[in-house]
Order: sequence, then C-alpha cells, then structure tokens
Amino acid sequence: MSTALWQFPGGLVLPAHKAGSTAAPAQAAPIPDRLTVPIAEHPGEAAEVLVTPGDTVRTGQLIAHPKGQRGAAVHAPASGRVAAVEERRVPHPSGLAAPCVVIDSDGEDRWVEPAAPLSDVATTDPASLIRRIRDCGIVGLGGATFPTAEKLESAPPATGIEMLILNGAECEPYISCDNRLMRERPGAVIDGAWILMRVLMAPRCLIGVEDNKPEAIAALEAAVAEAGFEGVGVVTVPTRYPVGGEKQLVYTLTGKVIPSGALPAAVGVISQNVATAAAVHDAVRGGRPLIERYVTVTGPGVAQPRNVVARLGTPIEALIRLCGGYAENASRLIMGGPMMGFAIDDDTVPIVKGSNCLLVGTAETFPPPQQALPCIRCGACADACPVALLPQQLYWHARAGELDRACEYHLDDCIECGICGYVCPSHIPLVQYFLYAKSEIAAREQQRRQAELARTRYEQRQQRLERDRLERASARQRKKAVLQHKSRSTEQKKAEIQAALERARRKKSDTPGSGGRSDKR
Amino acid sequence: MMREVLLALVPGIAAATAFFGIGVLVNLTLAAAAAVGSEALMLRLRRRPVGLFLGDYSALVTAALLALALPPLIPWWVTALGAAFAIVFGKHLYGGLGYNPFNPAMVGYVVLLISFPKEMTLWQAPAGVADGPVPALAAMTRIFTGHFPAGMSVDAISMATPLDAVKTQLGMARTLPEIQAGPLFGALAGRGWQWINLLFLGGGLWLLGRRIIGWRIPVGLLGGLAVVAFVFWASDPDLHPGPLFYLLSGGTMLGAFFIATDPVSAATTPRGRLIYGLGIGVLIYVIRAWGGYPDGIAFAVLLMNMAAPLIDSYTAPRVFGG
Repeated sequence: MSTALWQFPGGLVLPAHKAGSTAAPAQAAPIPDRLTVPIAEHPGEAAEVLVTPGDTVRTGQLIAHPKGQRGAAVHAPASGRVAAVEERRVPHPSGLAAPCVVIDSDGEDRWVEPAAPLSDVATTDPASLIRRIRDCGIVGLGGATFPTAEKLESAPPATGIEMLILNGAECEPYISCDNRLMRERPGAVIDGAWILMRVLMAPRCLIGVEDNKPEAIAALEAAVAEAGFEGVGVVTVPTRYPVGGEKQLVYTLTGKVIPSGALPAAVGVISQNVATAAAVHDAVRGGRPLIERYVTVTGPGVAQPRNVVARLGTPIEALIRLCGGYAENASRLIMGGPMMGFAIDDDTVPIVKGSNCLLVGTAETFPPPQQALPCIRCGACADACPVALLPQQLYWHARAGELDRACEYHLDDCIECGICGYVCPSHIPLVQYFLYAKSEIAAREQQRRQAELARTRYEQRQQRLERDRLERASARQRKKAVLQHKSRSTEQKKAEIQAALERARRKKSDTPGSGGRSDKR
Repeated sequence: MMREVLLALVPGIAAATAFFGIGVLVNLTLAAAAAVGSEALMLRLRRRPVGLFLGDYSALVTAALLALALPPLIPWWVTALGAAFAIVFGKHLYGGLGYNPFNPAMVGYVVLLISFPKEMTLWQAPAGVADGPVPALAAMTRIFTGHFPAGMSVDAISMATPLDAVKTQLGMARTLPEIQAGPLFGALAGRGWQWINLLFLGGGLWLLGRRIIGWRIPVGLLGGLAVVAFVFWASDPDLHPGPLFYLLSGGTMLGAFFIATDPVSAATTPRGRLIYGLGIGVLIYVIRAWGGYPDGIAFAVLLMNMAAPLIDSYTAPRVFGG
C-alpha cells in the first residue's frame, strides 16, 4: 500500500547489522530448569504475589498482580514448584534487585485451563476485550512495557480514535525479533490489529514497516489479503533511525504531530507494537496469557546469531548457550539495541516482557567509550535530533546542573534515542547527561511534592492548633465570666450579710424600726 | 576535521605567498610555533592531557587564521605575541576549547591592531604592481630584526591595500572609476587580493562539500555584505564600490568560510547561524565604509560573537510536537 509519507526532523541511516539473525526461523527455546519472573517490570511498584514458596503452579497460572498504575498481571511461564518469592537481580540499567517469583520447572509444561476464546470479536463488548487483555498481562512489547489495556483506555471517548498504528518499523540496528515475528506469524499480527481496531472502534489501521524488511511486508500483505479485513494497510517506511519511535512513526504515516507531553490518543491515534498485536490475538482468540516472546540473540560476540522464542524468566545465559555460546572475543552484553540498550554485567538475570534483544559485542565492534572531548558547539547533534532539540544547549545546562534551563530547552521531549551521542565528534555521551538531568528533575519534583504535602500538613496543623486555641480561649472566657458572676454575687452576699449585721447592731443601739427601713432599698 | 580546515587553506596560502612573498609563510610558522607552545603550556598548567588536546589541531587553525590576517612584513614578536595572546587569553582563560565566547584568532588580531597600529597596517605592493613585494632576504631581515636592509625604507615599500586606497581617495573627492583605474586594481577587485579571495572561496566550497562547515554562516555573511554593498552601489556607483569589490577584498572569503564558521563562538541554531552570518556581513560593510579601520572582519566577528548567545536563545527551533 502506498501512502504519502512525512519526514520527521533529523534521524540517521545506520548500518542495520540484521542479516545475521534473520536468516533462520526463530527457534523455540527449551524451558529452563529454573525461571525467575519479576512481578513488576518497573522497580518500586507495589505488587500482590498470589503464590508462596512450595506451591505448585501450572503454565499460564496467575502468580502476581501488581497494584497501582503501570502494573500488569504476571503468569507462570512454566509449570512446576515455586522455589522462592524474593528479591533477585533483574535486567535493569540500575542493576538493582526486584521482587521475583522463582519457579523450578517440572519439565512437563502442564497448562491451566485457558480462558474461553472470544471468537466472535465483532459482537463482543470492547470492555470485555480490554478486560481479557488486562487479565492476560499484555504489555507493550516494543520495549516500554506500558500495559496495553491502560493504553487502550487512554482513548478519549469524546473524539475517539481514527487510526490504529502498528509499529513494525524495528529501526534499531541488530534487533530483528519483530521481523521474524511478522514473517512467521503475520496472521496473528493482522488479527491482533483487527481486535484492537474493534476495541478502539478505529476505522483504519496502518502497519508501518521499514523498507529493509521486504519479506515481512510481503507476509503481512498476504495475511491482510487472506483475512480480507477492511481498512488495514501495510505501509513501507524508509529505513531511518528512529522511525520506530512512537512520535516519529505516527508523523511518518499520518503527518500528525503528537504534542509535547501528550499521548498519541490526543491526535486520534493509538500505536502498538506488532508483537503486542500478536499477543492480543493469543489472549483473545486462545485465552493465552503473555508468557513468552521473540528475543533476538545477536552481535559479533555470539557464535550463531538468531531469534528465539523464549519463556519469560529464562536466564540470558541459557539463550546465549542455545545460540552457540559466546564467541571467544565477546566483551560485553547489552539488553536492547546498540543505540538505546543498556549493559548487563550478569548473564544469569532473566529475560522479561520488554527484552527484545540480547546483543553481545566484541572489543572491535563495541570498543569502550572514547575519551570525551569538549563540546565545540558544532551542532551535529541538533541536525540529527529527531525531536528538533538542541542537545548542545541541553548538555551545557545539564552539566552545569541548571535543570530549569534544561527544561526550557524541552528536555522532557528527549526520546533518549542516542543519535546525538552517536554523531558527536567529541564523543560526548549526551544521552547519559540527559538521563541524569531527567532523573534529577524527577527527584526534585518528588521532593517538591513531598515538601508541598508537608507544608499543607503543617498549615493544616497550625490551623487546627489555632482553632483549638481559640476554642479553649473562648471556653476560658465563658468560664471566667461565670466565675466573675459568681464572685460578684458572693461579695454582694457578704455585703448583704454585713448590712444585716449592721442593721442588727443598730437595732440593738437605735430605736427599733427607724434605721432598718431606710437601709432596705 | 581541523586537519581538513588546514588543508582547505592551502590554495589561499599559496596565492597569498605568491603575491606577498615569503613573509606569509614565515608568519604562519611563527604563529603556529607560538600557538602550539602556548597551548601546551596552558594545558600543562591546567593539568589537562597535553597530547590529547594538541591532537585536535585547533591551536594550529587559530594560528593560521591569525597569521593570514597579518601584514607579511610584521616583526616576529608581534606575530608571536598575537598567537600567544589568542591561545592564552582568548581561549584557555575562558576554559579552553569549547568554552571561549570569542574567536581566539580575532581576539589576538584585535589586540595587535590596537596595540601596534603602525606595524599592523604596513602592507606592500602585491606582485605585479610597482616593484611588488620586497625580496625574501629583505623580508626576513625586517621580520627578525625589525629593520629593513640598508637602502630600503618603510615609505618606499609600503603601499595601501585596495580597501584603504578606496577609502582615502574617496575622501580626497575622487570618483571610483578614477580610483579603480589605478595600478592597484584588477578586473574584479584589488590585484592579488582578488585571487587570494577566490582561492579561499575555493577552499571554503570544498569544506562545504565535505560537510565540514555548514552553508548558513558563509551564505549569511556574503549575502549580508553583498546586499548592503549593492544597495549603496546602486544609489551612486561613483561613490560606493560594488558588491564584487567588497566580496573579493581584504579578508572577506577567509572570514566567511574559515573565521566566522568557528562553531564554538558562533550561534548554533540553524536560523541563528544565518542571522549571525548576516550580522557579520553587514558589520563588515559598515566598518569598511565608515569605520576608521582598514578592514572590518575581526571587529564584525567579535561583535557578533557577543550577540551569539542572544541569537541562539531567540532562534531555538520549534521542538517536534512542541
């Protein structure tokens, strides 16, 4: 399908390095003996674990339900026995530990009774579909792991959603899991798109795929033709990093610019990754929760680069072993791609819902970072920035700790794509500065909120104390008034007694009757 | 990157040497030695890795730009002082590469121009005019001893530059056609100068083609200068030289492609760079036409350096989605 395309600012054509891992079909990874399943993809989330050590679980059984925003249901990726519920190291840039459910597989992969398939999507209530998607723990599989149900509910009811966009661009070098998925399960992707369109009542769906994946495009087009779905189109987009960024892809396909700080729903669009669509298909048509995903295992440091379909919780080293193990000169392990991924120093950590790629570099291809030189303000970063930021100015202010100035230069709009650091002739790790500044701002914001809360509490307490004081004071006043009244009356009584005594005395000395009369008033 | 800038200067340097003699090369060597020496010293004092920073060639570029702006018979210590001042005061005292608000070469040039006006304005005739530049030996004697060999006097060898000639003779109520009929002037602009400028233009275009520099600053500068010159020339061609004369005189092309394009002290936003270039171009005209100095590149660049942060803050691009 050919449509007019728009060109987002900046961007770069990067060497793809995808051929190595796309040649062979994805291989199903065997279930490992032990799986470590984080109960929340984002550290710090509260979670409700539904199993205790010693419990037997079946594949697909609900084992945890994180509470609060951004939480998603977690299911047992294999049957077996719960060995532990404790903090374990998880793949995260911080290298921190997070609560995990550790399952010892019984090797039998016995499933729970899956939820009933919702085969008649056209007549099923969208709310039930969203509930199914939530119950199956579906999150965005492009890497951000935003809960899909939450995203679908972000559609403004008033204006509605005109278009669903499926993101099959997969623009970052080395990563090819979506490519293999689109080639191997095009029907699931298209059907997932169809279901999402029903949920959103969106009349149209565009699937954006970079032009370096002709086989995937052909497979999707064939699947669309076969299914005969109306309003679904496969669009070839030029290979240009980061065309797979949400804002960039929406703009490329529709010409609509998502405003700063807003969700795509603000312009009547919702985008989902192709793998998410396939997972939605599995959840709705088969009642299958999200327990496995396509993972690219690649890089010059892996003996046989390829894609694998692995159960979540499988340790990284098991997948590397499946792909022939590390090459002799392997030097570093990256989760994600070379532009946005992060280094992992422990290959026993598991793959999680957001793990799209395991990249093993060698010293030649991924040399240690070069000594950063001073910024000469050449502006190469600004030319390449896909959000039209001025990274050189942001760097200047981030480095000086001038967070307000960095915000004025729209730090919040940075998508952390890493292009600026890639083109920098002085090898300045710009994104690292921006990540730092962003986290500082977040921390400051939290501190501000807490201070605000404390201040409100203090003010309320002061008001309460003041009110109490006033109340006490007025009570005292009343009491005093009563007392005063009382004391006055005693004096009066004394006076009266005195007067009576006086009268009695006078009576004794004076003639009776004359003085007593005049005294009484 | 800086190495390519140096390479792009070579044709212009060759032309300057052909027309003004060996002094050009001597100046370049002296300035380079002084600049690299000062750079190494400052890096040492500031406890920075000397080898790493010398390897960026930025001190050499500063030295070359300063040296090419100096008259070819200037005493050696003036050149050395200018280069050292540019590196020490113009660059390192502000924090070194990347932190200097002013173009270091132009800082050095202006300090020399204000401190040693006599030495800084001593130009001689280019090859092909009168006796041409003094012979190599005489030039070396003058540069290294400060005196000319016996029998040669400053008055005898000094010759106004075309820019100077136009200014003084217009002041003596002569018309431009009369002035430009003189031996100093060639087909397009001043003899010698026109070729030097054309070759710097060539080097600059090569840098543009290799995307070492952007088009906005040179286009803004040359455009600004040409448009203002055209307006005045069109109003009275007898009293105002045309755009071509201005574009090919003095340091215009060196300034447009090599000096104003220094990214550190220039504006950094796309629109800002165009405005920055335009501002320099207009100021060059103003200083040349009405100012007291023979050429206006250095002052124009420094003035716009001052304005660069302001320009940047007013010309930040609209953020995608902002």
